[in-house]
Amino acid sequence: MSTTQTAVHAEPREEAAHGTRPIAWKFPVTYAALALLSLLVFALFSPAGARTRFQLSTGSDFIAIPVLDLPSRPATWTLGLVLAALAAFAIWRAVQRARTGVWLPVLFGTLFVLAFLVWAGADRNAVIPLVTVLTGALALSVPLIFGAMCGLVGERSGIINIAIEGQLLAGAFLAAVVASVFTSAYAGLFAAPVAGALVAVLLTFFAVKYQVNQIIIGVVLNVLVVGLTSFLFSTVLTQNAELWNARQQLPRLPIPVLSQIPVIGPVLFNQTILVYLMYVIVALLHVFVFKSRWGLRMRAVGEHPKAADTVGINVNRTRVVNTIMAGAIAGLGGAFFTIGQGLAFGKEMSAGQGFIALAAMILGRWNPVGALFAALLFGFSTSIGNVLATIGTPVPSEVLLMLPYIITIFAVAGFVGRVRPPAAEGVPYEK
Amino acid sequence: MKLELKGVTKRFGSFTANDRISLTVEPGEIHALLGENGAGKSTLMNTIYGLYAPDEGEILLDDEPARFDGPGDAVAAGIGMVHQHFMLIPVFTVTESVALGYEPTKGPGLLDFTQARERVREISARFGFDVDPDAVIEELPVGAQQRVEIIKALSRDAKVLILDEPTAVLTPQETDELIAIMRQLKDNGTSIVFITHKLREVRAIADRITVIRRGKVVGQATPDASETELASLMVGRAVSLTTDKEPARPGEVTFAIDGLTVLDSADKVVVDDVDLTVRRGEILAVAGVQGNGQTELAEAILGVREAVAGTIELDGKDLGPLSVKERLRAGLGFVPEDRSTDGVIPGFSITENFVLDMYDQPPYAKGLAMRPAALREAATTQTERFDVRLGTVDDPISTLSGGNQQKVVLAREMSRELRLFVASQPTRGLDVGSIEFVHRTIVEERDKGTPCIIVSTELDEVINLADRIAVMYRGRIVGIVPADTPRDVLGLMMAGVPAEEAVQEASRHQTALSEADDAAEEENR
Repeated sequence: MSTTQTAVHAEPREEAAHGTRPIAWKFPVTYAALALLSLLVFALFSPAGARTRFQLSTGSDFIAIPVLDLPSRPATWTLGLVLAALAAFAIWRAVQRARTGVWLPVLFGTLFVLAFLVWAGADRNAVIPLVTVLTGALALSVPLIFGAMCGLVGERSGIINIAIEGQLLAGAFLAAVVASVFTSAYAGLFAAPVAGALVAVLLTFFAVKYQVNQIIIGVVLNVLVVGLTSFLFSTVLTQNAELWNARQQLPRLPIPVLSQIPVIGPVLFNQTILVYLMYVIVALLHVFVFKSRWGLRMRAVGEHPKAADTVGINVNRTRVVNTIMAGAIAGLGGAFFTIGQGLAFGKEMSAGQGFIALAAMILGRWNPVGALFAALLFGFSTSIGNVLATIGTPVPSEVLLMLPYIITIFAVAGFVGRVRPPAAEGVPYEK
Repeated sequence: MKLELKGVTKRFGSFTANDRISLTVEPGEIHALLGENGAGKSTLMNTIYGLYAPDEGEILLDDEPARFDGPGDAVAAGIGMVHQHFMLIPVFTVTESVALGYEPTKGPGLLDFTQARERVREISARFGFDVDPDAVIEELPVGAQQRVEIIKALSRDAKVLILDEPTAVLTPQETDELIAIMRQLKDNGTSIVFITHKLREVRAIADRITVIRRGKVVGQATPDASETELASLMVGRAVSLTTDKEPARPGEVTFAIDGLTVLDSADKVVVDDVDLTVRRGEILAVAGVQGNGQTELAEAILGVREAVAGTIELDGKDLGPLSVKERLRAGLGFVPEDRSTDGVIPGFSITENFVLDMYDQPPYAKGLAMRPAALREAATTQTERFDVRLGTVDDPISTLSGGNQQKVVLAREMSRELRLFVASQPTRGLDVGSIEFVHRTIVEERDKGTPCIIVSTELDEVINLADRIAVMYRGRIVGIVPADTPRDVLGLMMAGVPAEEAVQEASRHQTALSEADDAAEEENR
């Protein structure tokens, strides 16, 4: 090139900038509080001489692992001290204004939960069935994961979908009814996405065509689906439950070899086709959102629709198609409530899971794998709550069952760091 | 490719944005479209680019009538456009931005990143752009973002390239590089339509100039026309391009910023340890390319953005603990950067907008009640004094033009007794007449003895108004220099070069624009 480029550029003064960055106290303080809690409550109040037992395998496993038997008090003390050390490390790093990797929260969380379990399970005559906890966690996560994937595809395209709750419920309803009428769970599996997609059609019709506030339509659609399904349930479905609402269950399809792996085998690979479909959807989205033409266009439309328009992408069509497809995913997730678990349809059986799915999406930062782990976290905390409630623990089970919702509030409040939603979500596009 | 417009007309409701516009751009020609803000230049270009459908008239490409139903058609026909507000997605990489809409794929719709990257590298190398295909757009300086936009257009084989106000965000040196790029493209046979309201650039670059005013073509000119001729053609009357002002008579320092540091919402340092002082009766202009911390500096002075370190003192009083309202009471007058979102409330009447920060003060209020009569009277006299063209003061302010809205904002801020006046981008998007007025008003305020801070990305404005110039780059003050500092030096400082080095660097290499300036001066002599 003929002209001289402006060669001299002052370097950004990183060192100077670091000196003035305020210390990030949020996480270290949280760690310290939790470490203190584990020492003061879990360690001090573990009965002396008590033992906690964990069951790591089920009877049918190929390799039987013996029950893990820990002395409660030494174990909680050890864990508590390790947690305190981790908290001290986090504080030290914060004072240095240095960042710590993801390993710290993951390790800290795992050890804290373990300390809690050792304390809660101390001196009970029951063993803590770890495989049951994990299986329950996955089962409880399935609708959340489907819901979060639905929300993610919608919001990445620029449409806020509060109606995931309604889509799950509609999916659960249609899956149950169709499966019952055809006496085949697989028929229900085909019907469920249709129900979710229909709710999405309404959503996009009002959001895109009439540019109604998307949050409001979402709320209205939820109420509509609850009302419609409850009405049909208490009239048609209860009058002839044999025909309309008979239980159907998708069979479990254990995957050879994989399902024999200790602990995770039965949890992950002895599932119904619905759960396997979920694995496939998450994996596909993970690749396609970031690496395909479809994903690139979807993200462009959700971030800067005008820019997408100037390169010939039809913004509103992209949004409508993606949101309806996302609705189908949520509908499929709804099928888990009925045919996935072999239950008949019941009023409002989605029970707010659609909103937790939204929280999982935010916690996972609109990233399929992130949302997957966030949903698993919610499922896990609910599952622990359920299991401990049956064993009987020092903490009321109601408090434990509140856990996912408390996590949700923190997640949505942006506690997990800066969350950055797609820039144009919720904003209708007009030329 | 030859681009021809015949009687293109575009109306929005009763407003005619383009009125029977005809012009011809020859192959390999740089054709400047000169006009004021709001003259209809961008509308015309968006019509050519297929974003709007013309109501009348036709577009001919190589003498064949063309009809575009959307930008996709225009691009396919060989028209590329670099918009004034870049059409880039901040979170995308350069490769993704260039590929978007025309993605090379493999297998089941997966992007072929290797091929896309190669395309960016190839065009980038051909024009000496030095753009990293894997850089994320929002982390690139605006000059580089603009090059990405040009790569985007070229990667689709644009034969006609439309550049909409391309120099608005560039330093003089970056402008110089852009001019070189344009000439190179021209030599390759690309036709270029260059939209601007800056006279110097037009004369330095264009082969032919079409001037439009109020949606109509008012004349053609060649680049050897003088700036005064072009200006009067563009505005429709004789205009003075510089504000006449007495030399400043600076008094004592009454406003001082010391070690000010401000973070953005992501905890990134955006104002980094800034020291500034302003004397009574002087204008300090803060120059810099958009996004180098000037906005945040102004907001920290007003108090809408919290400082993490440093002090701000006015008349010996620390403003730090004061709320925005208390700062305004202390005599701070503030004109925000974005008039439409921060300066006025569009649905409110002119009167209401006039008292936004004084509604609870006598004489406009008595106890809990407002006094509409006093209010209307004050609004009427002040708007007259500031030459606001309006129907009645009870009309919503959104019915006024941008220039008149800005005058209302100035009237509001200056109708109080001021101890400090801060204006961010006071003339952005205004027509020449309003710019003259705003500049004159600011100089008057200075002459009353008020210390003034003007934040501006327009070098013309900075040079025209300033008594001293502080240049900001990446949150820091690169240097504070006198008002008569050459543009080339200021330009280098805007790219982070310290003042002394910038003087040396500028003496070694003169930009095309300042060469043109010198040549013009020679002629005048």
